[in-house]
Amino acid sequence: MAEENWRQEGKTLAATLGPPLVWLTLFFIVPLAVVWAYSFGRNAGLTEIEISGTFANYAQAIEPLYLGIFLKSIGMAAACTLICLIAGFPVALAITFASDRAKTWLLLGVMLPFWTNLLIRTYALIAVLRDEGYINLTFGWVWNQIGGLLNWPAFAPIEMLHNNTAVLFGLVYVHLPFMVLPLYAALDRLDRSLLEASLDLGAGHVRTILQIVVPLALPGILSGVLITFIPALGAYLTPDLLGGPDSQMIANVIERQFKRANDWPFGAALSFLLLYLTFVMVAVQAMIQRGKKAG
Amino acid sequence: MSNDFLVGGKPSRRSLLAGLGVAAIGLSFGLEGCSKEKTAVAGGEEAKLNFYTWDTYIGKTTLADFRKSSGIDVNMSLFATNDELFAKLKAGNPGFDVIVPSNEFVERMAQADMLMPLDHAKIPNFKNVDPAFVDPAYDKGRKFSMPYTWLALGIGYRISKVKGVPDSWKYMYDSDQYKGRIALLSESADLIRLGAKYLGHSVNGIDQAMIDQITAMLIKQKPFIKAFHEDNGQDMLLAGDVDLVIEYNGDIAQIMKEDKDIGFVIPKEGSLLNSDTLCIPKGAPRPNNAHAFINYLLDAKAGAEISDTIAYPTPNAAAKALMPDSYKSNPVIFPSTEALAKCEYGHFEGAEKQSAFEKAITKMRAA
Repeated sequence: MAEENWRQEGKTLAATLGPPLVWLTLFFIVPLAVVWAYSFGRNAGLTEIEISGTFANYAQAIEPLYLGIFLKSIGMAAACTLICLIAGFPVALAITFASDRAKTWLLLGVMLPFWTNLLIRTYALIAVLRDEGYINLTFGWVWNQIGGLLNWPAFAPIEMLHNNTAVLFGLVYVHLPFMVLPLYAALDRLDRSLLEASLDLGAGHVRTILQIVVPLALPGILSGVLITFIPALGAYLTPDLLGGPDSQMIANVIERQFKRANDWPFGAALSFLLLYLTFVMVAVQAMIQRGKKAG
Repeated sequence: MSNDFLVGGKPSRRSLLAGLGVAAIGLSFGLEGCSKEKTAVAGGEEAKLNFYTWDTYIGKTTLADFRKSSGIDVNMSLFATNDELFAKLKAGNPGFDVIVPSNEFVERMAQADMLMPLDHAKIPNFKNVDPAFVDPAYDKGRKFSMPYTWLALGIGYRISKVKGVPDSWKYMYDSDQYKGRIALLSESADLIRLGAKYLGHSVNGIDQAMIDQITAMLIKQKPFIKAFHEDNGQDMLLAGDVDLVIEYNGDIAQIMKEDKDIGFVIPKEGSLLNSDTLCIPKGAPRPNNAHAFINYLLDAKAGAEISDTIAYPTPNAAAKALMPDSYKSNPVIFPSTEALAKCEYGHFEGAEKQSAFEKAITKMRAA
């Protein structure tokens, strides 16, 4: 019936759908197509790229060196997603059980970090984590107060910045809201009576969560996982600023191709490999969901 | 992109992609190309100028003084790296009149035909420039560029934490003495070039075998390196995150004003020099104003005003003469002639060399 309506009001449809479609084509599809075309090109001179239809960039991109960096980035993003899931699930669950008034405030709290620029948040993390940062200053002060009485050696700052742990911490910090919000959306729709039934019939809390809540909230969990994993995979500011000598991720390599190396075709090929990877993951998510419905 | 193209296969892939690429470049970059100047009068130029430069790189009153003396309004925009500048101008000049590329990019942009030759008759203040900077290897005869500042890479260090003066690249490249307390630059070409300098080679003409050798050395050194910094090495040194850092002399000179415990040395093996220059990009809408502005920046008083603010070494002899001793005889800003004699400018040696540097550093970081 809805279809009938749309057909009758074709003009309305065109008017509402037209402008965003034009916008999307002009400023998303077309530039993306250019980059895609670049990935089959080669540098001809310093400023020109000749689209020669070559696959050399992709051949270079799947060299062990770059595959290793891809794998490392996938590992980092997966670890970040897992931590976000473990930390975000109880938070989302707690918000659903809060009173309506508290809910608003809690959700606001989850979204609050989005109001500040990522770069500023990352610099704030640096100020907290660095050797002379707030954590070390606090520990140092406490150490020296007690140590002064007990003749402890001088306080050696804990090294928290410039390593992979710092990058992971930064990624989790930035991406946690991406996980909490879809989880909350899924858990909030849950039929509470099912939980009560499970508890009444003798299942414990853990069992209820694992056997009732998780399967029912699976679509939300999957979209949360996806929406956290994808941006974490493409993170480049966090490893750049919080990372150490070992912390480069694939987006750092891509960035350098477009800037310092001035090798846009290769950078384009790397970017599109990342994009293909994303498509695969979206497809996998869709398949899992469809499989669940069928079964 | 319509499916007919892909399925029907009438136009060959090559021509289709080429056509698409061209059309889309026109779209994505051409749009910003349509800049705002409407009143380009036939004889004169409107009293405006678009100046594209680095952050905190001009005197406090320079632009206002220039407006007072010439009536020209300078509109300043900022870039953070040469790559950004290059990328912005790559597909055509979006309306800039004067830009400030470093020496290597002067070569690169001249090769790519992106710079307008300078008319020396319109820049009489060129006479103020120190003879050492009049005919540099990166721009013979100063055809495209006028010198604005120059800088040398060296080691900035915390005096109380370092034994003696760390006057060798060894401490950064090939030693665990300051394990976990050193930061190197992340810029791949500089990193490889300084490594070559440590091995007794020139910063130019580095072949693949030498690149591999430096990469292996850095892989061995990596566990002792705390970070590869994004040109914020001076902040890390000042905050106490590291005790030794590869940085530019001007950056370290700035933090030495705040912290007396900071030193700077150009290692005995020699180092890499850089020079930032004033150029007019091809397609600049107001070349006359641009020449007038460049000439003004090379003026003795204007130059002194700039040096007073930014604390970088100036190649302008007349301006330097007007500066106080605290600047003129500061050994960090102006390293000794013996130290400088061993330093070199890095040349742009083609896109392949640049990609090779990049790949080596990517490999090292991933190892």
